[in-house]
Amino acid sequence: MISEANKKRLRRSMMFLNCQKPGLIKDPYVYRPDSIMLDLEDAVAENQKDAARLSLYHALREINYRGVERVVRINGLDTPHWREDIRACVAGGCDAIRIAKTEGAEDVRQVEAAVARAEEEFGRPKGCTLLMAAIESARGVQELREICGASPRLFGVALSGGDYTKDLQTTITGTGVELAGARQLMVIAARAAGIQCFDTVYTNLEDTEGFRREVELDRAMGFDGKSLINPRQIAVVHEVYTPTEKEIIFAEKVVREIEDKRARGIGVFTVDGKMVDVAFYDGAKRTIALAKAAGVYTGEL
Amino acid sequence: MEIVAAAMAGTLESSDAQVTVEPADGLEIRLSSSVMSQYGRQIRQVVADTLARLEVTGAKVTVIDKGALDCTLKARVEAAALRGAGRQGDAVPWGGAVR
Repeated sequence: MISEANKKRLRRSMMFLNCQKPGLIKDPYVYRPDSIMLDLEDAVAENQKDAARLSLYHALREINYRGVERVVRINGLDTPHWREDIRACVAGGCDAIRIAKTEGAEDVRQVEAAVARAEEEFGRPKGCTLLMAAIESARGVQELREICGASPRLFGVALSGGDYTKDLQTTITGTGVELAGARQLMVIAARAAGIQCFDTVYTNLEDTEGFRREVELDRAMGFDGKSLINPRQIAVVHEVYTPTEKEIIFAEKVVREIEDKRARGIGVFTVDGKMVDVAFYDGAKRTIALAKAAGVYTGEL
Repeated sequence: MEIVAAAMAGTLESSDAQVTVEPADGLEIRLSSSVMSQYGRQIRQVVADTLARLEVTGAKVTVIDKGALDCTLKARVEAAALRGAGRQGDAVPWGGAVR
């Protein structure tokens, strides 16, 4: 059974960790990211793939990550590694697998089939391993609609900006102009398919103001969260994704008023001078959920 | 599993362990650790159990531990042994001899 609750869980921060480095994967939960992304792909040297996989398996089995979601980035489908990566992930009991360089629905389905076989081989509950797809090329962006709808296991799509801009024959400029189209298309495709979407990493660790601006842009665009490369970035993301007191109070009023007015047969009305109708309901509910996740909600909803 | 060539896995970084295997008659485990006094016996036991699961009976195994968790020790011993047996490309018996 695929858990809808797991598919929709809160994923503001997804922190990459290199499986080749035991010091990194032993206790990342202390930084309290929503998800960790245990990397078997680019961070791991080609001649260390076997060792990284063994480390991953035992870490998944023995380390208590205290509720932090454990996603594994497996090697690309054009490598000799990905099938064994999937066996290790599923046998170890990871929560989800991130598919690298996704270029079409067929890529997702190929991984889905291998995951289903591994769940059977290792006696894991059928459907317990979720998937996410990384979009790293122009072709991947063009195929977003098919990719987003390719599997009931797929909880989201993530942009990988470095590879994507290389494919576009440009670079990360810092202005965001080179990523604007892909970002917009991803949010639209993900929402149309009812799944989540995550923005690419911000690699300049020194530019904290630039990082914050980018996270603010992500939230405004509708992204559910961001991929991160350093624990220092987690607090900023959680802060940006925490609703302000004003937003929380307004959301509470909206939820209460809509429920009350609905019962009385009224469709549209005003809250604090702003026109409100049922279209605001889901957004207000999400604001309350985010406030609860951030531990700043003290109300009764 | 027969060790046919010398092989190594792991590093000397903190929280890691470097494990070397070499072909030998009988099993010999040499251990040095940054936490020898507190955990020496436990580390030796984890290494011996891991080798036993892989049915490695003829090897000289050298472990330089830098404060690795048990899960890391197991992974490093397995990686070194599989490499030494020339089987690092095979399907791994997850949950069986590797667990």
